[in-house]
Amino acid sequence: MAENQSYYVPASSPWPIIGAIGLGLIAWGAGNTVIDMTNNQDGYGSTVLTIGIIVMAVMLFGWFRDQINESMQGLYNDQLGNSYKQGMSWFIFSEVMFFAAFFGALFYARVIAVPWLDGASNNVMTAEVLWPEFVAQWPLTKTPGGTETQAMGWYGLPLVNTVILVVSSVTCHFAHVGLEKDNRKQLTAWLGLTIILGCIFLYLQGAEYIHAYEQLGLTLDSGIYGNTFYMLTGFHGMHVTLGTLMLIIMFLRVVKGHFTPDNHFAFQATSWYWHFVDVVWICLFVVVYIL
Amino acid sequence: MSTVVDDIHHEEHHDHKPSGITRWLFTTNHKDIGSLYLWFSLIMFFIGGAMAMVIRAELFQPGLQLVEPNFFNQMTTVHGLIMVFGAVMPAFTGLANWMIPMMIGAPDMALPRMNNWSFWILPFGFAILLSSLFLEGGGPNFGWTFYAPLSTTYSNDSTALFVFSMHILGISSIMGAINVIVTIMNMRAPGMNYMKMPLFVWTWLITAFLLIAVMPVLAGAVTMVLTDKYFGTSFFDAAGGGDPVMFQHIFWFFGHPEVYIMILPSFGIISAIIPAFTRKQLFGYASMVYATASIAILSFLVWAHHMFTTGMPVFAELFFMYCTMLIAVPTGVKVFNWVATMWRGAMTFETPMLFALAFVILFTIGGFSGLMLAITPVDFQYHDTYFVVAHFHYVLVTGAVFSIMAAAYYWLPKWTGHMYDETLAKLHFWTSLISVNVLFFPMHFAGLAGMPRRIPDYSIQFADVNQITSIGGFAFGLSQLIFLWLCIKCVRGGEKAAAKPWEGAEGLEWTVPSPAPYHTFEKPPKVE
Repeated sequence: MAENQSYYVPASSPWPIIGAIGLGLIAWGAGNTVIDMTNNQDGYGSTVLTIGIIVMAVMLFGWFRDQINESMQGLYNDQLGNSYKQGMSWFIFSEVMFFAAFFGALFYARVIAVPWLDGASNNVMTAEVLWPEFVAQWPLTKTPGGTETQAMGWYGLPLVNTVILVVSSVTCHFAHVGLEKDNRKQLTAWLGLTIILGCIFLYLQGAEYIHAYEQLGLTLDSGIYGNTFYMLTGFHGMHVTLGTLMLIIMFLRVVKGHFTPDNHFAFQATSWYWHFVDVVWICLFVVVYIL
Repeated sequence: MSTVVDDIHHEEHHDHKPSGITRWLFTTNHKDIGSLYLWFSLIMFFIGGAMAMVIRAELFQPGLQLVEPNFFNQMTTVHGLIMVFGAVMPAFTGLANWMIPMMIGAPDMALPRMNNWSFWILPFGFAILLSSLFLEGGGPNFGWTFYAPLSTTYSNDSTALFVFSMHILGISSIMGAINVIVTIMNMRAPGMNYMKMPLFVWTWLITAFLLIAVMPVLAGAVTMVLTDKYFGTSFFDAAGGGDPVMFQHIFWFFGHPEVYIMILPSFGIISAIIPAFTRKQLFGYASMVYATASIAILSFLVWAHHMFTTGMPVFAELFFMYCTMLIAVPTGVKVFNWVATMWRGAMTFETPMLFALAFVILFTIGGFSGLMLAITPVDFQYHDTYFVVAHFHYVLVTGAVFSIMAAAYYWLPKWTGHMYDETLAKLHFWTSLISVNVLFFPMHFAGLAGMPRRIPDYSIQFADVNQITSIGGFAFGLSQLIFLWLCIKCVRGGEKAAAKPWEGAEGLEWTVPSPAPYHTFEKPPKVE
């Protein structure tokens, strides 16, 4: 709560409306791209999408540049810092709920939908009439419709990736400690290592996808097992990509001498985001790969 | 004369109000953004309303007269989407923007630039949604609930546009909610502790939490629809091991809290207006807060009462039935408290109070029909009939929309500095009140008799009741033009409003002049 300090109200800015235009172009372009792809036609969808992404990138660059300049000029006070921290926490909570939708779909399919298709609960006749041959199992390697696939094991690449991501969370924390102790060397080294680990994770995840597609026949459209596998690991991978980009930006800012032990919200937010991505992966590793 | 001009000049100078179009495009001012939200919501209310008029015109007689069934389906779908995401939710966000900083003694919202962004996303989102109506094959035609497989296997090409427009509307709502929650938690004036906050602030705090919790789930649901339709996944297709019923579970996990998102801020508004016009303290403030929180918690445990006829196991049907009925308890606490507030109060009946009273009575009718729908075996008869349509229009039109009207009348003097035209306002109230009941009350009977919803044609025995309903619908639609005229008139001029135009009103917003200066509470006020 505000004690006897006066408030800081940011000046008006062109970036939000540019961001809205960018987001609008992305949504419109993405929608049309998908429609064009399905109809096998050339349309303006992908062009609009590309322009939207460029506008969005320019907006992010400009908005953050202004923000960083204002912060470096010391315009911000503790109260605004608190607002940022709380805002970031609630944003991460919203991300948790986004993943919850897909974890929920996985649980529902595994515990309810697939057994029901094999006649569990009060569905004996449904199973008899629709797909008498179908046998419930998880991972669902043969769908009622007859698509076959192989399951992804948890050892090998996924286990290595788990270790890498957990270690990267620890190195990210060491970097943060280095920043708080004003030990720039420690900060730079551990932050750089975190970025490298993030990139290795993404590379291995790509290798795993290629292995799944080429050797296991595990594809996005190979039934509910493949669906949940790719949607969960895919959205997680997108979040790791974003997190890595954020870490790289933090690294560049650290090199430029930004952040002080008491004023480093951007770094803190990035580190929270990175830990969040790590926690999601641990849930994912247990639920998608091991169980 | 010259002194007046001088005063205005002085005030404007003091206000530093930027001018021209960039004021609205680049603004970080919570009052500007609040006005943008409110005007946007009013425009959407008329667009969605026009679609309702098309529906009612087609249903005026049995048989197909005016529109193709496919277009009728698009009208029911987009009417629902616009009213939910374009009219009611932005109106509440607009009210939150205008009032919450003034109510808690803050200079602005906590994150003013993000505030601007979350508003300006909306016009783009709705432009995409509405543009899909003009494409070959038409726009979304699967109902606002977009059940699979209607939205996957059987939907038209433009579904991807629907999906992405939902995504960006969700982003807007989440950012708006984060802003509200952070503002309330972090920007309260010294002494404004949680149990001193006006109930509008409390209800919005809880609403914002619900928004952040469920809008991402909606994003997940539309994403699965997108991949099922275009990328060969089978989340909602039994042949691939998925289940169309799973769609309903995910959707209603979002959808049920969503309906409370559209009613909790109403509770806050009514809890401000009734004490003001009865000149009494609100009865049972703390119990109001706890009741709101209980409703929000329960809202996560009742989603499958929308799905009683999907063949869930009996245990699940009973669980969701009992949880749903439990909601009647905190809601009953609220209605009791409003009535108890009025008990032996010195009541006057200005338009905000009239709308608030109508809210209490008509929302309660909607609540009771909700209880009827909550009874599983009875719901087998009511499900997907006009009884359901009657129920949710009583809670959303005479509930949410009436409370927004009440709020508009209550705070218009603060926003514009002018009193609205009381005669016109009373005309608006009475025509709305009568027509809305002519519109929605007969739907109960049509539904009980078995008339299915979302169908452009019906059997001959429903002709009379539909004709009455349609007449009520046209009258209600026309009555809203009075409101539009009144708002424009009030913005342009009228009797000067005092800082506190309502004798019994309480709260920090009445301590600043009317119209509220461009910047308020740059130094935090002291709350005793």
